[in-house]
Parts: sequence; structure tokens; C-alpha cells
Amino acid sequence: MSSASGAAVSVAPAWQGRVRSATTEPAAVRWALIGVSLLFLGVFLVVPLVAVFYQALAKGLGEYLRALVDPHARAAIGLTLITAAIVVPLNTVFGIAAAWAIAKFEFRGKQLLITLIDLPFSVSPVVAGLIFILVFGRNGWLGPWLDARGLNVVFAVPGIVLATLFVTFPFVARELIPLMQAQGTEEEEAARVLGASGWQTLWRVTLPNIKWGLLYGIILCNGRAMGEFGAVSVVSGRIRGLTNTMPLHVEVLYYENVAAAFAVASLLALLALVTLAAKSVLEWNVRRQVARAGNNLAQGESP
Amino acid sequence: MSIEVRSISKTFGRFAALRGVSLRVETGELVALLGPSGSGKTTLLRIIAGMEQPDPGSGPILFEDENVARRGVGARQVGFVFQHYALFRHMTVFENVAFGLRVRPGKLRPPKEVIRQRVRRLLQLVQLETFANRYPNQLSGGQRQRVALARALAIEPRVLLLDEPFGSLDAKVRKELRQWLRRLHDEIHITSVFVTHDQEEALELADRVVVMNEGQIEQIGTPDEVFHSPCTEFVTTFLGQVNFFHGRVEDGKLHFASLTWDAPEAAEMPAQPVRVFVRPHDFEVDTHRNGAPSFKATVRRVHSAGPNVRLELTAESGEHLLVELPQEHYRSRQIAAGSQVYVTPRDVKVFAKNGTDGQDAADGQVE
Repeated sequence: MSSASGAAVSVAPAWQGRVRSATTEPAAVRWALIGVSLLFLGVFLVVPLVAVFYQALAKGLGEYLRALVDPHARAAIGLTLITAAIVVPLNTVFGIAAAWAIAKFEFRGKQLLITLIDLPFSVSPVVAGLIFILVFGRNGWLGPWLDARGLNVVFAVPGIVLATLFVTFPFVARELIPLMQAQGTEEEEAARVLGASGWQTLWRVTLPNIKWGLLYGIILCNGRAMGEFGAVSVVSGRIRGLTNTMPLHVEVLYYENVAAAFAVASLLALLALVTLAAKSVLEWNVRRQVARAGNNLAQGESP
Repeated sequence: MSIEVRSISKTFGRFAALRGVSLRVETGELVALLGPSGSGKTTLLRIIAGMEQPDPGSGPILFEDENVARRGVGARQVGFVFQHYALFRHMTVFENVAFGLRVRPGKLRPPKEVIRQRVRRLLQLVQLETFANRYPNQLSGGQRQRVALARALAIEPRVLLLDEPFGSLDAKVRKELRQWLRRLHDEIHITSVFVTHDQEEALELADRVVVMNEGQIEQIGTPDEVFHSPCTEFVTTFLGQVNFFHGRVEDGKLHFASLTWDAPEAAEMPAQPVRVFVRPHDFEVDTHRNGAPSFKATVRRVHSAGPNVRLELTAESGEHLLVELPQEHYRSRQIAAGSQVYVTPRDVKVFAKNGTDGQDAADGQVE
């Protein structure tokens, strides 16, 4: 914006005085907008975040660490890590496959697939959880079949993994589709003509071209997988030490020991901060990659 | 290595991109597939490369005597240069050129040192030795084009296929690269087919030109043949500018633009309405009748900058036409905008009106 207005000023004849470009608002409006945004961010994001760490440490560092090494807390942390360790790789593979299909092939029902990928974003997490109760629960469609084999899905770890898988499905695919669409299929074709196998093409051409976008998607997916509350809460049954993930454990603790609840919550908040930092670094790389994709094309057309 | 395809058809949904095309390219030849967009030229190229499959029922695709129709794209050993080059953007120039050798299965993969030497030789060939460590986005269009060519040649292809090789370059670079490619071809003599919609490019570069229209081959011939003896109306109008007249043939004589003409083409034709085409340089213009059959016209504009003088005329019978004269010819006569002139055609192309013409030329339109 500033460069645009600068250019406008420099080309304007002197007698016109300061000339604003059409998209530049008066200073008062700009400051008001920036002020409102900052105020909003402060009240709704920064203050709560500070509060979390303040409360967590309110009873001293000893109490803070004790809350984290508590067996139930450790079980919750472990379950969250296991869930993420299963969900993130699976959704990475699904995401690449879906994005590949959408960006590189033409087929019937493509639009439907794109809409379906977004479904987890538009469905309430509670509904997402209930879906799995309906399918795998004791009175659900597959319930009796699972029961007969002594398999537990609902109120057990598999249910938590499934619910998390569902909720975090869109992140990788959403991130990759526009990138892969911008890059097109010509490089893959070139690789095939040069004699590369499909596998070699994937590893040597496609994946290197999308690595930053992919990593970005993985980080977002991981953040959500560790932080998901609603869907997991429905299928977990909240058995302490067994089916409580970190977010669920925080809620349980809140009614017993506020400081301990905030101690565990501070770990989640820390995760969020790390995710944000990683995300902004990657975002910068992705932007460069997309720009390069566009650049290659544009320069190809008129060098 | 010769290339031959026989009765190849290809439909995309309802669109027939190719309708029974047969073509033979001799060993060491450089052939242009020339046509407007949608004529099927790129589809034919991609079918030869193996990137598209022809419709079932199509004939064989022969490299020398071997039918490669059932071979996968990687197994055909073709060098393919893409319109937008399709260089691997995350690899350096060196890695791009080496790619085809590095992905070979273990037994066929040359040792590292051999790969390095071959890549260096190819980069020398395309005059880019000093750019080995650059990335594609650090190169100009012409340089990328040459990297793409080196990459295609690295696998020692049996044939070289180029899709609009100069389409993305600006006019000056395009001309230089064109001449460079011709010299390169004369040096390495690889059987090559390139696609273009630019008739000038096809005529200048190719040994033979294949003119395509609506999924079919209209004419195959040397540049001289297709330019001077076009055998269809489409080829006439597509190769260079041409003036169009409605005319008719009666008693073996051609009548058009208030002119009766003893055209040899008309001698064997039965009496019928015809379409008449005359290239801008196939007219003579004089300020008075000089005995030759001519029609009267008014000069509307004169463009005298350039190797030839171009005149925009309106014929007595109403057609607008474009005429090209050599400079000295123009200077020796008193021709200016508004003056009356007499126009004599030197060479005409005549096609029967009910012929196979998809072309719908309006009266007096300069194509």
C-alpha cells in the first residue's frame, strides 16, 4: 500500500499537492483500523495466553512440575502424542493422494470430492464425534460385530484416533491443492518421458516441489490433532489415565485443581506457539514456492 | 530412425482431435507440423511420444520398423521439448540435464563420471557451460529453452519431438534460436518433429512441412511446395497473406474482378463458380494499361517502410486488396494514395466453390 501511494505521489504534478491512490485511506481511518485489530488481539488472544502461564505458575514452579509428572497427566500427554503420531502420517498420505487426484487429473465427481474434503471443517466437532458413536458404538451399525470380537472402538483409543483423523483430514489436502494446481503436470510428464518410473517421479519431482506446502499442512494438522476437544470428548468416555487426551484432562482437572489444569493447558499453549512460529516460517517459504511456480510460467511466456 | 504413423485417430469426449492421420518422417529429417490451434498437431506429437493413447482401431506407430504403440512413454526413448520447457524448478541446470540418466535402472545407469562428462558436453553444445549451477528461474526464456533441449538430448533419444519450441519467446530471440536449432540439427541429424502455428517458422526451419487442419493433414511437402503449390484452399489461406475473390470459370477461362484470365488451372475445369486467391506479391501494378489483362483499382493507403512497399487498393468491382511491390518498382511509377492504377495478377490459385472448404472468407478479405 505504501509503495503504491508513494508512486502516486511522485508522479502527481506539484500543483495537485498530495494525491492519494484510490486504495489509500486517510491516516485517521488507518490508525483506527489498526488500533481496533490490536485491541481485539490483545483482549482475546494475548491476555488469555498470559493468563494461562500466570495461573499455571501461580503456586510456584514445584507445583507446576508436579502437575505435569502426575501419572494421569503423563498418560494424557502420552495418549495425545500417540494419537498425533498415528493421525498425522495417515492424513499426510491421504492429503497428498487427494490433492494429487484433484490437481493433476480430470475426473467425474471432482467437485464433489473437493466439497467432501471440506466437510470436517463445516461439521461441528460434536457431530463428528457422534458419527463414530453411531457407527461403532454399542448400539451402532458395527457395534455388535465389534463386540462379538471383543474390539472396543468407542470409549477407547481407536475411537479417539478415528475422531481426530476425521477432524484433521482437510489440513494437508487443502494446503496442497492450490500449490499443485499452480504447478501443473508438465514436470511430471517431462520426468516420465525421460524414463523415470512413477515412484521416481513422485520422490524426485512431485514431493520436492511441494515440500514446504506439505510441511505447513502437516504442522497445522498436528496442532489440531493435539488440541482437538469436541469430537474426541464425545468418543473418549474420559476414563482417566486411559482415554483422556491433554485437552480432556485439562477440563477434568479444572474442577479439582485449577493450577494443575493450567499447567497442562500451558503445554498445549506452548504447542500452539511453536506451531505458529513454524507456520510463519513455512508460510514464507510456501509463498516463495508459489511465486516461483507463477514466475516460471510467466517468464516462460514472455522472457 | 524414421517415424511412421498410420491412420491415427483421437477423440477427447466429443471432440475429434485427429481423424485418421498417416504420416512418415524419414531418418534425419526435420519436419514441421503446422496448423492453427485445435488442428490436432500437438495431439499427434504427444501420441508419437506416448503421452496420449490413440483411439482403439488406430494403426501402428513405427520407429524404424518397430511398433512402439504399446510401449509406455518412458520406454520409447524420445526426446521431448515442452512448450513451457517444464524444467524441474528445484534442480539446477546440471541436475535437470542429468535427470534422464540418473533415473535409469541400476544396470543401465552410466557411472557418475560418465554422466558428468555427458552433461558437460551437452551444456557446451547448447552454449550454457557456465550456467550449470543456476536454477531455471535464474535463466532467460531462450536459455531455458536450450536447457530443455539439452535435457531431452541427454537420454540419446531415437527421435526428437518439440512442442511449439519457440512459442514462448519474444520475436528477436525466436529468430536467433530458430537458426541455431537448424544448425544444431544439421550437426547431429536426429529425426525431429516440431509443432508450430507460425507459418514463417515452419517454412524457414523445416525440411518438410505438414499442414494440418481440423484433425487432418491437408498437405505434406517441402516449404517451397506448400507455399507455391498449395493443393487446398486452407493451405493457400493459412500460408501467408492472400487476396480472395469470387469468380467463375466459363469456357476454360477464369473471370474475376472485372477481368477475364487465361488461367491454366481453369482450362480443364467445367463452367462453375470458383474461389480465386492471389498472393500480395503476385500482382503487378501500373499507372496505365500496358496491354496485359488488368483491372482498375484505387490506391487507398501506401506503406513504404520495409523491404517491400505495401499498397491497400480497392478494385473497381469493390474488393479490397493488398499488394506488395519491390521498392524500385514503386519508385519508378507515380503511385500515391488516391491515384488510379491497373492491376495484373501474375499467378492465381483457383478452387471449386463446392470443394472441401471449411474456410469462410468474406468478400475481398485479406487473409
